[in-house]
Amino acid sequence: MTTKDRYDVVIIGAGPGGLAAAIAARQNGAEDVLVIERDKELGGILQQCIHNGFGLETFQQDLPGPSYAQRFIDQALDHGVEFLLDTMVLDISSQRRIFATGKHSGIVDLTARSVVLSMGCRERTRAQIRIPGMRPAGVYTAGTAQRWVNVEGFMPGSRYVILGSGDIGMIMARRLTLEGAHVERVLEVMPYLTGLTRNYVQCLMDFDIPLQLSHTVKRIIGHKRVEAVETVRVDERWNPIPGSEEIIPCDTMLLSVGLIPENELSRQAGVLIDPLTGGPFVDDSFQTNIPGIFAAGNVVHVYDLVDWVSEAGRLAGISAARFAAQVRRKENRLVPLLAGENVRYVVPHRMDRETLAETPVRLQLRVRQPIESPVWVEVRNRTNLIARKGELYARPGEIITLEIPTTAYDEVQKADELTLAVVKR
Amino acid sequence: MSEKTKILCITCPKGCTLEVSHEGQTILEVKPGCKRGHAYAANELVNPRRMVATTVNIRGGLHPLLPVYTSAPFPKGRIHELREVLRKVEVQAPIRMGAVVVEDILGTGVNILASRDMAQA
Ligand SMILES: Cc1cc2nc3c(=O)[nH]c(=O)nc-3n(C[C@H](O)[C@H](O)[C@H](O)COP(=O)(O)OP(=O)(O)OC[C@H]3O[C@@H](n4cnc5c(N)ncnc54)[C@H](O)[C@@H]3O)c2cc1C
Ligand code: SF4
Repeated sequence: MTTKDRYDVVIIGAGPGGLAAAIAARQNGAEDVLVIERDKELGGILQQCIHNGFGLETFQQDLPGPSYAQRFIDQALDHGVEFLLDTMVLDISSQRRIFATGKHSGIVDLTARSVVLSMGCRERTRAQIRIPGMRPAGVYTAGTAQRWVNVEGFMPGSRYVILGSGDIGMIMARRLTLEGAHVERVLEVMPYLTGLTRNYVQCLMDFDIPLQLSHTVKRIIGHKRVEAVETVRVDERWNPIPGSEEIIPCDTMLLSVGLIPENELSRQAGVLIDPLTGGPFVDDSFQTNIPGIFAAGNVVHVYDLVDWVSEAGRLAGISAARFAAQVRRKENRLVPLLAGENVRYVVPHRMDRETLAETPVRLQLRVRQPIESPVWVEVRNRTNLIARKGELYARPGEIITLEIPTTAYDEVQKADELTLAVVKR
Repeated sequence: MSEKTKILCITCPKGCTLEVSHEGQTILEVKPGCKRGHAYAANELVNPRRMVATTVNIRGGLHPLLPVYTSAPFPKGRIHELREVLRKVEVQAPIRMGAVVVEDILGTGVNILASRDMAQA
C-alpha cells in the first residue's frame, strides 16, 4: 500500500531489469523507490523459467531462473525498495504521473521524479504469424504453457507439436517430455536453429525429440480441440513445397516464434519507439526521448542473456536516481506563493528563490473584496515584511501588480512560503 | 586405435563444437574450446551428466509447485528415474531458497534444492 503520492523513482515491472534498477537507484541516493508489479509476486518471467543456465556472468554460477530472481529480490528488500504487487499500471503521462489499479491497492495516482520502464516483452501469437485453418482450443504460446506447467501445475495436453526452434520452445519440449507428455516434433521455418545450440543438445537431442528445419505448419486440423497439424517443407523464400505435406496427430500446438518488447504504456507517455527493436529510442543513460523516463531490459530490445538485462537495469537505475536528485533540488528551490488576507489568487503560484539573484520577480493578484480607500499590498514570510506597495483602492475587477525586489534575496532564502495580503492603510 | 568424437559443448551459451580424439575412454586431445569445455567433453564421453530442474508439490504455498534443481550435474541416463522419485515428493510452505528437499537422491550424492523462497499463501 502506498502512503505517498510522490516518489523519487518509480519502476514499472519487477523482473530482473526492474529489480536491478530499483537496487541501483537506492544505492545511488534515491530516497524512495517504488516498484509496481501486476503479478502477485516479484521476479518477472524468471519465476516460470525454472531451468538452469542463468547467472553465469553475474554470479559465475549456473542457476535456475527463480534462484537468479531471488538474489535480486533479497537485495531489493535489503535496500528498502518499496513494492506494490497485484497492481497494473494503466497510464503514464510525459509529466511522470502514474495511474495504476489493483485488487488491494485500489486506484493509485502518484507522481515520480523519474520513471524506469521495465515491462519486459511478450510472445508473438498466432494472429501475428497467420496460420490458416480452424481455431480450435489447444494452440498456445510456449510461455503460456511454461507458466501453467511450471508454476500452476497444469498440463495443457499430452501430444505436442512445437512451432519455432526458439529457446522457450526447446526448453518446453524437454519439460513436457519430463512431465510424461509426448513431443512429436519441433518445426522451424528457417534453415537453421533460432535458439542456442546448448538447448538443442540438452533439450532435444537428450530426449530424442526430432527437429525439422525449413518446415512449418500449413494448417491446423480439429473442430473443438486440435486433432492434428499439417506440416510442410518450405524453400528459401518460405514457399511451401507441394507434395511435402505431412499430417501429425497431436492435441496441442505450442508457438515459440519470438518475443516483442511490451510498449503500450511507453507510447501513452509519448515515448518514441524504434520500429526495428520494437523498444524505445534510448541514450547511453537509457533515457528515452521524454526527460526523466528511462527504460531497461527486454522492454528496450530482446536480450540474449538475463545478465545483460540486469546490467542495463543497473545503469538505468543510476541514471534515474541522478535525474530524481536534480528534480528534487529544483523543487527545493521553489517557494509557494499563497493568497492571504483579501487575496483571491496570485500568479505565479511558486517562484524559484534563485531568480532574485538576477532580477526582481513580478507578482499579479486579484482581491476578494473591494476596498475603496488606500491599501497596502504586502508580501510576507510569516510576520516578516518582504515587500510592500501602496494603492489608492483595490477592486476585484482590476489586477494588482507587485514586485519582489532583488534586495529581498536573503529574506526569501529563509522562507518556506510567502503570503500575499491586501489590507487597509 | 584412436577415434574422433564430435561433442557439442553446453557449458556456456557459445555452444562450441568440440572434437575429441580418444582411445576408448582415454582422451588424447580436445579441440578447440576452453578449459571448462574440455572438462565437459571428457565427462560427456565417459559419464554424461546434466543439471536437472523440475518441480515438486508444495502444501500451503503461494503456488502449488515449488521449483527445484540438482545441486550438481546428475547422470543423464537416470533423469526419468529422478523425475519419478520427485513426483511423489511433497514439501510444506514456507521454504527458503537452497533448502535441501531430497538428500543424496538415488544414491548419486546429488541433493535436490529449492530454487526459490516460497511463502505461505
Ligand atoms: C515466456 C518467456 C520465457 C523466457 N525464457 C527465458 C530464458 O529461459 N532465459 C533467458 O535468459 N531469458 C528468457 N526470457 C527472456 C526474459 O524475458 C529475460 O531474460 C528477462 O526476464 C527480462 O527481464 P525484464 O525485467 O526485462 O522483463 P520481465 O522478466 O518480463 O519482467 C517484466 C515485469 O513487468 C511486469 N509488467 C508488465 N507490464 C506491466 C504493467 N503495465 N504494470 C505492472 N507490471 C507490469 C510483468 O508482470 C513482469 O513481471 C523469456 C521471456 C519470456 C517472455
Ligand atoms: S568450450 Fe568453452 S567457450 Fe565453448 S561452449 Fe564450452 S564452455 Fe563455452
